[in-house]
Amino acid sequence: MEFIYYFGDVFTPFNFMLLLLGTVGGLILGATPGLSPTMAVALLIPFTFRLEPASGLILLGAAYTSTVAGGAVSAILLKIPGAPANIATTLDGHTMAKKGEGARALQLSFIASAVGGVFGVLLLIFLTPLLAQWALAFGPSHLFWLAILGVTIIGSLDSSSVVKGLLSGCIGLWLATIGFDDIMGAQRFIFHSSVSGGINVIPALIGLFAIPQVITMFAKGRARLDAEVLSVEKHPISKAFREVFNRFRALSIGTITGSIIGLIPGVGGQIAGLVAYDQAKKMSPERGKFGTGHSEGVIAAESANNAMVGPSLVPLLTLSIPGSPTAAVLLGGLLIHGIFPGSDLFDNYPEVAWTFINSMLIGQILMCIFGLYIAGLAARVAQVPNNVMAAVVLGLAVFGSYSVQNSMGDVYIMMALGTGMFFLERFGFSAAPLVLGLILGPIAEANFIQGSMIANATSSIGSYFFTGPLNLLLIGIVVASVAYSGWMELRSRRYTTKDDAVAKEEALS
Amino acid sequence: MKNLIAAASIALMGLTGAAAADGHANYPERPMMLMVSYGAGGATDFQARIVTMTAGNDDALGMPIAIINKPGAGGRVGWNWFATQAEADGYTLGAYNIPHFIAQSIEGGVEYGADSFEPIANWGADPAVFVVAADSPFNSMADVVNYAKENPGGLTFSGAGLFVGHHIAALQLEKAAGVKLAYIPNSKGGAGAMKAVIAGEVLGGVNNLSDAFRAREAGNVKILGVFDLERNDFLPDVPTMMEQGYDIDNASVNFRGVMVPKGTPQPIIDKLAEIVPTMFANGRVAGKMKAGGSPMHIMNRAEVQEMWAAREKTLKELLAGL
Repeated sequence: MEFIYYFGDVFTPFNFMLLLLGTVGGLILGATPGLSPTMAVALLIPFTFRLEPASGLILLGAAYTSTVAGGAVSAILLKIPGAPANIATTLDGHTMAKKGEGARALQLSFIASAVGGVFGVLLLIFLTPLLAQWALAFGPSHLFWLAILGVTIIGSLDSSSVVKGLLSGCIGLWLATIGFDDIMGAQRFIFHSSVSGGINVIPALIGLFAIPQVITMFAKGRARLDAEVLSVEKHPISKAFREVFNRFRALSIGTITGSIIGLIPGVGGQIAGLVAYDQAKKMSPERGKFGTGHSEGVIAAESANNAMVGPSLVPLLTLSIPGSPTAAVLLGGLLIHGIFPGSDLFDNYPEVAWTFINSMLIGQILMCIFGLYIAGLAARVAQVPNNVMAAVVLGLAVFGSYSVQNSMGDVYIMMALGTGMFFLERFGFSAAPLVLGLILGPIAEANFIQGSMIANATSSIGSYFFTGPLNLLLIGIVVASVAYSGWMELRSRRYTTKDDAVAKEEALS
Repeated sequence: MKNLIAAASIALMGLTGAAAADGHANYPERPMMLMVSYGAGGATDFQARIVTMTAGNDDALGMPIAIINKPGAGGRVGWNWFATQAEADGYTLGAYNIPHFIAQSIEGGVEYGADSFEPIANWGADPAVFVVAADSPFNSMADVVNYAKENPGGLTFSGAGLFVGHHIAALQLEKAAGVKLAYIPNSKGGAGAMKAVIAGEVLGGVNNLSDAFRAREAGNVKILGVFDLERNDFLPDVPTMMEQGYDIDNASVNFRGVMVPKGTPQPIIDKLAEIVPTMFANGRVAGKMKAGGSPMHIMNRAEVQEMWAAREKTLKELLAGL
C-alpha cells in the first residue's frame, strides 16, 4: 500500500502539467504512423535531462502509456497500425470506421485500453516480486514454443481461407530471414543494400497496410467522380461504456492475455494484441462476426496492448533487465539521473519509483478522457475526400518509414512491400498474417539456435525442448490450437474461390 | 536595384573567397550529426548522448550535435552507411565501437575496415567481465575453469553476439586457460545475455562492466573477473584475469569514441581532434557518465590511431583460428 503515500507527488502542479503534456503529446505521436512508443519515449529523453528524476519519469511514463493507445487512432481511421501492437485493432476497427462507426470504434478502443491499462499497472504495483520470477521462467525453449504458438494462429487470422493465411504467414517468415542473421552474422538474401539490415517491422507494417489503401483510394477517385465520403454517426459515450462492460468476455481475455504476454521479456507488446484477438475470436459464440466490424475484436485487441504496458516494466524495475526496446529507453532515462533500477530503486528512491508507477495509473485515466474527446474530433478524418486522404496517408507513410532509422532504404522497402501487398489482397491474402510471420520468424529462429547450442553443450535437444512443465504446457496449447483450427475448418468447410475473395473485398470497400 | 544586387553578389563572392582561402576557419557553421550504429536506449547511444550534450557550448564546438541512430546487424548497417554514403564534409560524425567493427571487417562481408575511417577521440572504455548468478557455486575464475576441465565443452556462458568484445573475451579465456567452453551468443545483445545468466539458462556469462555493475547492485549476479589490464574504479574488489593467472590483455575492452569518414578535409580533422577531447573532459559530462555507471577513458587522436592498429593485429591473430 506504499504507493498510495506517493500519490500526492503526482498532483503537484508542475508534475501534473507534465503528465497532461505527456498524455496529449503521446496520443498525437502515437496516432502518427511510424512513431512507435519506443521512438516517442526516445524523443523525450533529452527533455528529462534537466528535470527532477521523478518529474522526468512522469513525462516518459505518460508518453509510453498514451502512445500505445494513440496508435489505435490511425489503425481505426486509416487502417495503418501506429505500431505492431495495433495490428489487431485494424481488423475490426477499420471495418467499423468504414461503416460510419469510427467514433464508436475509437470510444470502445480508448475505454478498453484504459481498463486493460489500469489492470496492468495494478499488477505491477501488487505482484511485482512474483511476476519477476515468472518473467525469468521463460528460457529459449519456452520462447521458441511461444513463437510456434503464435504461428498456429496465423492460419485463422483474417484471411478468406486457412491456406491463404498460412501462405501469407510463410511469405512473412521468409521476409524475416533477409539480412544479417541475429546470432551468426551470416548474410542471407541481401540482394540490395537497402535490405542489409533486414526488414524492419515498422516500415513493413506501414507499407503492407497503408499502400494498398492508398492505391485503392486513388483508383476510386478516378473511377467515380462523386468520390464518396464516409459518414460518421454520432455515438454517445455512455453507450460505449455500457458496451465495453457488456463484452466482458472479450475484455477479460484481452486484459489477461496482454498482461501475461507483456511480462515475457523479448516478446512483449508486438504480439499481445494479435494473440488476444485470436483467443477472443475462438472463445466467442459470434466468431463469424469477427473481421466484419465486431466490437469484441476492438475491445480484446486494445485492452491487451495497454494491459501489457505495466507488466512489461517488471523485468526492468526489479531485475534491471530491459524486457523491451521501450524499457531500454526508459532505463536510459533513469541512468541519466544516477538511479539504478532494481532493489536500489525501491529502497533508496521510493519517491521516484512509486511516483512513476502512480503517474502511469493516472495517465491511463487521463488518456481515456482525452482519447474520448479526440474520438469525437478525429472521426471527422473520415470525411476528407478520398484523393486528399490518399495523398496525406502516402505522405505520412513515407515520413513514418524514413524516421524509424533515418534511412531511404526503409522507404523503398515500404513501397515495394506495399505494392506487392496490393496485388496479394486482390487474391484474398491479407497483411496481418504476413506481419505476424515477420515478427515471429526471428523470435522462433534465434531461440531455437540458442536453445540447441545450450542443449548440445549440456544434454540433448530432445530433452531440452520437450521436457519440463512449462515446455509441456506450451506444447499442449500449440496442439490444442492446431486441432481446434482444423476442426473448425472441417466443420465450416470454407471453400473459398477467387470470386468469393473479390466479393468479400468489394463488400468491404 | 540592379546595383544593389551587383553589390550583394560581389560581397557574397568576397565572403566565400575568404572562407575558401584559409580553409575551414569558421567550421562548424551549422549543427552536426553523430551516427550511432546501435538503437536508441543502448549503451552506446546513451553514452553518445551524454558526451555530446555540451557540444553547443562556446568553449566546445559552438554547434549542437544531433544523434542519428542507424541500428541493424550488430552495427554493420550503420558502419556500412558511414563508410560508403556519409558525406566527408566534417558535419557527419560517427561513433565507433572497438573491437566490434574491426572484428567484423576481419570476418568479412562488410564494406569497411579500420582504414575507412579517421578517428577523432575516444570517450569510454567498457571492459568485459565474467558474471555468474548470485546463487552460483562458482566463486572465482579457478572454479569456472575447473568445471570446464571436468566437463569439456559443457560450460555454457552467454555474451552479446559473435565478433563483439564479449566473443573476443571468450576466445581469449579459452586460449589462456586451455579449455573448451560453450559460448552462447544472444540475439538480444548484452541485456539478453545478462537475463540468461540471472535466469539460470546458462552457467555464466561475459558482459559489459557497466551492466554487470548495475546487476550486482541489484543483487542478481557475482562478478568473478575483469578482462582488462588493471582493476576498474567501479569494481575495486574484482581481480583482473591476469591476477588470477590467465594471460589475457585488454583486447576485448569495448572502446567507444568519435570518428569521421576517410576523405574529410585535414584542417577539419585537426580542429575536431583538438576540441572534442576537451568536450569529453567537461565536468558535467563526467558527472553524468559516472552516475550512469559508464567508465570514461579519454584518448586523443594519436592514441586512438595507435590503439586501432594494435587491436587489428591482435584480433587478426585471435580470429585466424575460426
